[in-house]
Amino acid sequence: MFDKISRSLGDLREWADERFPVTAFWQDHLVKYYAPKNLNFWYFFGSLAFLVLVIQLLTGIFLTMNYKPTADTAFASVEYIMRDVNWGWLIRYIHSTGASFFFIVIYLHMFRALLYGSYRKPRELLWVFGMLIFVVLMAEAFMGYLLPWGQMSFWGAQVIISLFGAIPYIGDDLALWIRGDFVVADATLNRFFAFHVIAFPLLLIGLVLFHMIALHSVGSNNPDGIEIKKQKDENGVPLDGIPFHPYYTVKDMVGVVVFLIIFSAVIFYAPEMGGWFLEKDNFVPADPLKTPEHIAPLWYFTPFYAILRAVPDKFLGVVAMGASMVVLFLLPWLDRSPVRSIRYRGPWFKLALSVFVVSFIGLAYLGTVTATPLATLFSRIFSILYFAFFLLMPIYSKWDKTKPLPERVTEK
Amino acid sequence: MRSQLGILGSIAALVIKGNYVSTDEIDYGRRRMLLAATAAMGGVGAVYVATPFILSMDPSEKAKAAGAPTDVDISKLEPGQLMTVEWRGKPVWVLRRNEQMLKTLPKLDKFLRDPNSDELSQQPVYTKNAQRSINPEYMVMIGICTHLGCSPTYRPEFAPPDLGPEWKGGFFCPCHGSTYDLAGRVYAGMPAPSNLVIPPHHYVSATRLLVGVDSEAI
Repeated sequence: MFDKISRSLGDLREWADERFPVTAFWQDHLVKYYAPKNLNFWYFFGSLAFLVLVIQLLTGIFLTMNYKPTADTAFASVEYIMRDVNWGWLIRYIHSTGASFFFIVIYLHMFRALLYGSYRKPRELLWVFGMLIFVVLMAEAFMGYLLPWGQMSFWGAQVIISLFGAIPYIGDDLALWIRGDFVVADATLNRFFAFHVIAFPLLLIGLVLFHMIALHSVGSNNPDGIEIKKQKDENGVPLDGIPFHPYYTVKDMVGVVVFLIIFSAVIFYAPEMGGWFLEKDNFVPADPLKTPEHIAPLWYFTPFYAILRAVPDKFLGVVAMGASMVVLFLLPWLDRSPVRSIRYRGPWFKLALSVFVVSFIGLAYLGTVTATPLATLFSRIFSILYFAFFLLMPIYSKWDKTKPLPERVTEK
Repeated sequence: MRSQLGILGSIAALVIKGNYVSTDEIDYGRRRMLLAATAAMGGVGAVYVATPFILSMDPSEKAKAAGAPTDVDISKLEPGQLMTVEWRGKPVWVLRRNEQMLKTLPKLDKFLRDPNSDELSQQPVYTKNAQRSINPEYMVMIGICTHLGCSPTYRPEFAPPDLGPEWKGGFFCPCHGSTYDLAGRVYAGMPAPSNLVIPPHHYVSATRLLVGVDSEAI
């Protein structure tokens, strides 16, 4: 009986393989895709980012079934979802908490690349695709935040769209084109809805696909930052590689379970996170005549926002904020160290990275507070340190004293 | 064969077969030129097709038409009081300045970026004066910060703790800390590049103001 079933299943697979490369795909990307055996805690965040993407897509689809994208109805329809739609509150909180968790996961994922030099040759394009995902994700989150049409939605959008107005000559027309009206209005909300639910998600999925293709072509980096493909056995399998499935699928499942425990705890007990994930002023409907007393973007934008505020000139502030993203793209070409991983780097890089982390977190904090003279002073210091980390990297990474690299990956 | 069919034949052959096989020598220069010409034509076509989509995002006719002037009754405004009305979806402030406020204005000139309203796009010509107004007592302006579009807060008090001992009353933008005086003139060294915009307006009577049109337009 079982014999029969398994034989007919085998026949079915053969039938399918002749028409679509099911088995070949499974082999190439899971069973015979070899990942370094020393991947540690930091390597959870790639698969977690993918998980959050799926969560956001699913919850987003269900939210669009009840959300109404017009200036007159948007705020009320979100409250309707929260109060009257069966389980609407849960779906909405998963989506809003998911946005913040997306950035937590992505920032940790990017930090991993900084620690172990995962952006270095031959992974430059992998990094560039990842950075594009980050930028698209920021746009996606920004446009999604307008949809509830609360006070923060409205004034946040007003400020960010005005950034484009700072560009000389074309700025005003460009901002007008983005808004579709002379102020942030119904037209803006309606088009942001279109971008948020279809255009940018498609772009995001496409870029994730490119990111994966690049990853599977060059293979994962690892905490030692050495190429496992240099040491292969007689079958061409890297000596320090293990099949992604079942080894890393099982390991990642542990990460998924831990992640979902934390994620659920936030959704059920602190979905607003004291104003960090959903700002208090956003529970007030948008009022085009009155800016809230204290306006700050959501936490994941604040480092870049603090850089914008640190510059006492409208256009140059926008330039500085743009540059703070552009330098991230250039990372693979700024790093001149002979080693990739922090394990074999010298004291200068470790110092620089520490200063960078302090500056980034400092800027993130300063972006949330009112612009007092002291806060502005610190924003300026941290902004300079932020850029120094990148722009001085060709010098300190090259002259830093490094430790000798091992032949094979190490495991503690 | 090629010469008989001309360019169209060559393109058709390229499209259908991907390469042009002939008993003659293959003319790669001609092939490259044809490919480039086809790509350029396709590019022009793409721009034409993209145009309606891009222009569809500009303000619609309805949005452009919704600019009717706003009638404001200022009879109940007390000295020192600020009222906000809506014009084209934007907040427009009418501030009735008291004696002391008007006396303070000229003393602030040296701290301001554009004390004489030399940047002409920020106000109609009839308000390019020391008080930036038709009637010195009433200040009319669009309450949108020229930095990034927030609406500043009215702070008429003297030397409040958060704004420092030099504060003589004015407007403070909560978003990025730009400050303006009570004529909407920006202080120097602020993120905001210019003075607050004054909309076209005129007085219909002593207590009625029409925001959105110059007097000569009527």
